[in-house]
Amino acid sequence: MIPAEFDYLAPDSLEEALEALATGGEDARALAGGHSLLPLMKLRLAAPTLLVDLRRVPGLGGVARENGTVRIGAMSTHHEVSAAGLGLASTAAGTIADQQVRNCGTLGGTLAHGDPASDMPAVLMALEGTITAMAPGGASREIAATEFFKDYLETALAQHELITEIRFPATEGWGYGYEKFNRRQEDWALVAVSALVRQEGGVCSDVRIGLTHMANTPLRATAVEDALRGQPLSPENIAAAARHAADGTSPPADLNASQEYKRHLATVLTQRALTQASR
Amino acid sequence: MSVADQPKFVGQPMRRKEDPRLLTGRARYVDDITPQGTLWCTFVRSSEAHARIVSIDTSLAEQRDDVMAVFTGEDMEALGILDALPMAWVPPGVEVRNAPHWPLASGEVNFVGDPVAVVIGEGRYAMQDAAEEVFVEYEPLPAVTDIERALQDGSAIVHEEFGTNEVHQWSLGGGEDLEATLAASDVVVERRVVNHRISGAPIEPRGVVAEPRGTGLTLTSSTQVPHFVRLFLALLLGESEEKVRVIAPEVGGGFGAKLQVCGEEILLAACARKLTRPLKWIETRSEHMMVTHHGRDQIAYVRMGAKRDGTLTAIHSRIVADMGAYLMLLTPTIPALGAFVMSGCYKFAAVQTDITGVYTNKCPTDAIRGAGRPEATHMIEVCMDQLADELGMDRLELRRKNFFTEFPAETALGIVYDSGNYHGTLDKLLEHFDQAAFEQEKQDAAGRGRLRGVGFSTYTEICGLAPSRVTGPQGFGLQTGLWESAMVRVHFTGAVTAYTGASPHGQGQETTFAQVIADRLGVDPANVEIMHGDTASGPHGLGTYGSRTTAVGGEAIVRATNKVADKAKQIVANLLEAAPEDIEVAGGKFSVKGSPEKGMTLAEVAGAAFIPDENWPEGMEPGLEETAFFDPSNFVFPFGAHACVVEVDPETGDVDVIRYVAVDDCGPAINPKLIDGQVHGGIAHSLGQALYERIHYDEEGQLITGTFVDYCLPSAADLPSYETDRTETPSPVNELGVKGIGEAGTIAATAAVTNAVIDALRPAGVTYMDMPLTPNRIWEALRGTHTETGGGSSGEARRDGDRRETQ
Repeated sequence: MIPAEFDYLAPDSLEEALEALATGGEDARALAGGHSLLPLMKLRLAAPTLLVDLRRVPGLGGVARENGTVRIGAMSTHHEVSAAGLGLASTAAGTIADQQVRNCGTLGGTLAHGDPASDMPAVLMALEGTITAMAPGGASREIAATEFFKDYLETALAQHELITEIRFPATEGWGYGYEKFNRRQEDWALVAVSALVRQEGGVCSDVRIGLTHMANTPLRATAVEDALRGQPLSPENIAAAARHAADGTSPPADLNASQEYKRHLATVLTQRALTQASR
Repeated sequence: MSVADQPKFVGQPMRRKEDPRLLTGRARYVDDITPQGTLWCTFVRSSEAHARIVSIDTSLAEQRDDVMAVFTGEDMEALGILDALPMAWVPPGVEVRNAPHWPLASGEVNFVGDPVAVVIGEGRYAMQDAAEEVFVEYEPLPAVTDIERALQDGSAIVHEEFGTNEVHQWSLGGGEDLEATLAASDVVVERRVVNHRISGAPIEPRGVVAEPRGTGLTLTSSTQVPHFVRLFLALLLGESEEKVRVIAPEVGGGFGAKLQVCGEEILLAACARKLTRPLKWIETRSEHMMVTHHGRDQIAYVRMGAKRDGTLTAIHSRIVADMGAYLMLLTPTIPALGAFVMSGCYKFAAVQTDITGVYTNKCPTDAIRGAGRPEATHMIEVCMDQLADELGMDRLELRRKNFFTEFPAETALGIVYDSGNYHGTLDKLLEHFDQAAFEQEKQDAAGRGRLRGVGFSTYTEICGLAPSRVTGPQGFGLQTGLWESAMVRVHFTGAVTAYTGASPHGQGQETTFAQVIADRLGVDPANVEIMHGDTASGPHGLGTYGSRTTAVGGEAIVRATNKVADKAKQIVANLLEAAPEDIEVAGGKFSVKGSPEKGMTLAEVAGAAFIPDENWPEGMEPGLEETAFFDPSNFVFPFGAHACVVEVDPETGDVDVIRYVAVDDCGPAINPKLIDGQVHGGIAHSLGQALYERIHYDEEGQLITGTFVDYCLPSAADLPSYETDRTETPSPVNELGVKGIGEAGTIAATAAVTNAVIDALRPAGVTYMDMPLTPNRIWEALRGTHTETGGGSSGEARRDGDRRETQ
């Protein structure tokens, strides 16, 4: 639990932070809330040579709604997201670990970390959100969540790019459900399912399902979506669609859950999340 | 005994005197102590489960400016370490194969974490870096992690010199002929019961500060047994015992994990002596999970027999117990402790336990809260339910039919249970747990698609370690006495300082002992300070473990206090011209019976004792201070009845603990609040083992559960609120009539939880399950599959018709 030696900077502006990362070499890392990176460093599974702490950088916080879009600053904490009344995103953020972690951990940090067991990556995929990244020099680009997560702890973020904000379309008119299964309250999900359902006259007009920890990246359960879209939202139809939740997945097994069990959990949780979202 | 009026403080739910300092951050733990000039120690630990050490290259680390020294296993002689680490059990007539275990391994490593070098220098972080610059070349050897495979021909051998992994065989039995009794039974239930490996996981890991001073040495350690540590420091380092001082400062939980004489303690002391500098080592959580002794890890083959009418006949358990890679202080004794209560609360005609200890390439096991008795109670109480099911008999009726009802009660083993009232605790439990209402709740749960079940555990356990003649060299074979000491010192002002040889570390005896003394001397507990954990003050003591501190150490306190009170009475009688036997402690005074206006406070008595004048009794020593030692005539046997209600989600296998009700009897309560606290913590420990925790190694001997991410220690958010109640049946073994309570909850609870889960799953066809009762395993049991793999013993599940489903 003792990290290796590293340098530390806490710049006062985004420009300085990007500059510090750009000149800090390939082992320079940005530090947001520190609740993913610092534990890895303490276990010496990560050993960055420079940490660029973003806590003093202005303009990276806040949650705003503008023209049907929700915009969340990258340094917004999970607690802030959970308290922002954003439906699915707030509900999911409120289940992350415990209150102390939610007070420190950030949305930008968890996305950049790219852990498929974390809650928010799959939630953002279900929300069809985007991630805004800025490179040294100030060039900014927007990356769709569906394109962002590449592999276990690997994202589309380029070396020394920083996430500045997260956007997704507001979900007025959508029902949502979030079902997370873990062994202890503060654990990462063995499997979690986020569901968004839009209905017209009891018929599912659109549906999106995000799967957490069913692969090395977050996933969309497109087979479930395709099976349910256009169908009446009856318990039978929901159950039938949910049976496709694990289609094509090859979830990582661990001590707590075999692959088969996780595939089973995905169907159970999908059915429950869809039922919630269809109320 | 001389408490004439009603006890004023004993029996009261006083708040703990310890808590203000603990809760406001003013307590002092090992890591708060850094003498001037302290150097840090970091251990280089084996990455291999079993390997020959080809070479250790320390040169790069030694070249660092901040490194003062690096020592390896080859330096033991140079450091003046005279002998290997102690193992304190020499059972008469039993061969125990004890592999030499030195503070640093040399030649061979035998488990992941086995220390091979220590790096000493400036700064904790720098020494962590320096330790990474020590290069160890290993030649891997085959490893074995499964105890049953370890005993088979062709297994990898942990310690080649023995040619076998078998450590020892030890048996305890009594009563009628076992096999004949089983053969004459109408029903015999046979189960393979797996009790998996767990960690003690105290909040504060271990830590040591070693400080050479003058011609001696002071060692500050997070330990439960400072006097043991001093003795072995003296013996292993060739120091005279009086020159070694061991201090246990505030200790942030032990749970048995600090009932040990650790290699780190011996090594730091030796290195500090060599380097003439204070040295410090604070264990990291990762180290704790890897190298601080684990608990449990045994497989028991249980046979339990009964007549058709439910009369129990015999219980036999053949236990294979994992010792890990080395024998620590008490490693092979732990399963044997359970054998003493293998009769449970029940009148078996024949009781037999046969234990085989086994070496594996895993961290050594030793005492963890309950130490052998949780395993025994688990197998007895789970098998009682299995037997009831087999007999088609109500589970509680089967228990009641076989309870001991007359006390003292001698079991078939010849063990004498001091006192008990088993029907009483069960009756009281059923006042809190309405069986008819439960049946309705079960129906309601079924309507919601949930499986509700209740499990019971009616237990007794053996604690208050211990009568030395029973446990000592000619008896059980422990190379120590297990008495306890106390010294009670009255100051000039009538304030009191008392020293206990026990070493409480969260159990609250600074409060309860003060209550006991206050009543006997007519003072306020606020003015009674209990000192412990420093070998330089107070008499020799044996430490805190085995639920012994109040039952043995408390009685020593009582006896020392009574001596003080007796002397005070003589002083008062002399001054007030009354007979000593007419003096009583009443209303905060030593006064003459029938004349309460004639009396002296303890302060007045102390004043007379500190400045003896012409009225001082002829020949009486001045001062007011007494010492007592107490070696009990028997163990004490707390008991109780627990009920656990669970609800299982059959779709996911998730278990919710809905209620946990515990009725325990540890004799007359000194402080009911503290008893509740001990019971709560004890149950939490077992809910953890039953539902969440498991130390897991892979087949190559790599530790998989090395952090709290993988080792599922539950938090408060995962645990229920407990409902507790008591009955009070005095023990005849000590004046207070008290029995231990620190381990009782842990000993009782795994069976209650397991029986509850099996009860819930029974309608779905599952009739037996081993712990840990994880969602994945329950889901598999419900489906009748089992896919678990990995090193170490795996549990099993049974479905209707005893169709066994193992891996």
